[in-house]
Amino acid sequence: MFVSILRRFVTIIPTLIGVIIVTFLLTRVLPGDPAVYFAGPAATPESIADIRKSLGLDQPLPVQFLHYVDDLAHGNLGNSLATGQPVVNELISRLPASAELTLFGLIISVLIAIPLGILAAVKQGSWIDHTCRVVATAGVSLPVFFTGLLLVYVFYFLLGWAPAPLGRLDVFFTAPPQVTGFYLIDSLTAGDFQTFRASLSQLILPGATLAIFSIAPIARMTRASMLAVLASDYVRTARASGLSPYTVIITYAFRNAVLPVITTLGMVFSFLLGANVLVEKVFAWPGIGSFAVEALIASDFAPVQGFVLTMAVLYVMLNLLIDISYGIIDPRVRLEA
Amino acid sequence: MTDIAATTRPATGLAALIRHARYVIGENPVTGLAFALFILILIAALIGPWIVPHDPLASDTAAALKPPSAGHWFGTDQLGRDIFSRVVVATQLDFTIAIASVVLVFLMGGLAGVAAGYFGGWTDRIVGRIADTIMAFPLFVLAMGIVAALGNTVQNIVLATAIINFPLYVRVARAEANVRREAGFVEAARLSGNSEWRIVTLQILPNVFPILVVQMSLTMGYAILNAAGLSFIGLGVRPPTPEWGIMVAEGAANIISGEWWIAFFPGVALMVAVFCFNLLGDGLRDIVDPRRRT
Repeated sequence: MFVSILRRFVTIIPTLIGVIIVTFLLTRVLPGDPAVYFAGPAATPESIADIRKSLGLDQPLPVQFLHYVDDLAHGNLGNSLATGQPVVNELISRLPASAELTLFGLIISVLIAIPLGILAAVKQGSWIDHTCRVVATAGVSLPVFFTGLLLVYVFYFLLGWAPAPLGRLDVFFTAPPQVTGFYLIDSLTAGDFQTFRASLSQLILPGATLAIFSIAPIARMTRASMLAVLASDYVRTARASGLSPYTVIITYAFRNAVLPVITTLGMVFSFLLGANVLVEKVFAWPGIGSFAVEALIASDFAPVQGFVLTMAVLYVMLNLLIDISYGIIDPRVRLEA
Repeated sequence: MTDIAATTRPATGLAALIRHARYVIGENPVTGLAFALFILILIAALIGPWIVPHDPLASDTAAALKPPSAGHWFGTDQLGRDIFSRVVVATQLDFTIAIASVVLVFLMGGLAGVAAGYFGGWTDRIVGRIADTIMAFPLFVLAMGIVAALGNTVQNIVLATAIINFPLYVRVARAEANVRREAGFVEAARLSGNSEWRIVTLQILPNVFPILVVQMSLTMGYAILNAAGLSFIGLGVRPPTPEWGIMVAEGAANIISGEWWIAFFPGVALMVAVFCFNLLGDGLRDIVDPRRRT
């Protein structure tokens, strides 16, 4: 098991190298001259030359790349033009907000999508099946920023159930002492149930927005994969042996149907990390997505580059986790590895 | 005698395809509905600017923030511009961005994938590595990075949307080219002295073409969503140009104060367009490639 995990680790190295090359190229092959851009509108030819030298832009591209990798190895992602702060600090302080939102959305969506998919497969052709199909098609057609705004209108403006969509916590509350950076967990471990409720109420709408968006692919895959497994011989045998429907469906069928669903989770994560940016903008969520959007609008490139790199590395790691979980769920994968 | 021979001959080619298409649409009326919607979108994209009741850019501060009424079907925005006219006129831009990016990725991904599948070896490895590297990024995030690096223009939104779809096209084209590599008709063409590139362009590509067209219609919806998402966060399209994503962004602040119609109607237009393309893609796949029906 340990060896196969180690072997998986090795396989992500070329991917990571590719990711680093792409993020490097994104800045260095700009159509304009980065030195002119960094020097600002009031630059003289001398100041541009100085900046070119200080940025190392007068050196050949491979050398620049080595410098870039060296900086990365020291955790240096450059400084933000707007704040002058190192990008890496800002990303680290904002990452928990994004992670909490994304994971919360994913958990809601898995809790809804998997039972929905199983029911749709077990009762194929019933109204649950049709609902599942409509939800799946409608879900992938909904622009995530639009769903978010609709939820805000209905639950904040019309019904008044949700708080104003302005960040992680109402201004009357103070953030819980930072342990994990997840407000829900931190407030619970601090025993502060009021803050827990307040942060949960802020989290529900953006979380639901992400969930609505990701239910579709998960439910669709669960249904398809369950249908294939339910038609197999061993399920028929299990039924014929008089096992209860629950045992047949959950223990025999679902456990075998879960692998393709987990593969889909990898793809769903790709969408979720992107959708996160839009949802953070709608709900003024102080995560890394809104940080990147602010920087984008201000043409501040270092934060955007750091953000793209962080997201890509996170995504590669998630895929690695998914690969490893295959081996835990399905012993056959372990044997092949 | 000749009449009988002509009528009993089994329909081939176009006639059979049309009959099959009619059967699929008859079986699945939703595809018919999607096709009707598509025609509507096409009309709005082609002649929208000439049929709308108001100038999409003309502001009228006296009539700002009015809810939907007989004069302004979808209401007016902060500057008193008619939202109905803006939504209709925006169809053209959104549609053009989506079509352009899909055609671009069709050319890039289709050719690269066919070359990878047919030649194998180094070509395959390089194309595969590029596709894998793109797939290693969360796609919307990569699109943001590309637009930020290349410059904040509509052309670059088209390019970014094409690049993030590249791996999908490569995968489909590669698989289809690979199975046909040793097919009888390819062997025959090779034996009669055709060059490799001639075989690729005249034998393989025409066979892979229909499946790539299905792929195009399946990714149209995603291309529209992606482009609208980018303009929602302020990339590409600049105000006051009417575009669905940026119109939703302009109305976002008014949602909290209850002026729902500013963001709602462009959002619904976006949703209907994407829904239509997704259904149409599914229907088209059933017609061209019935085996992949789900």
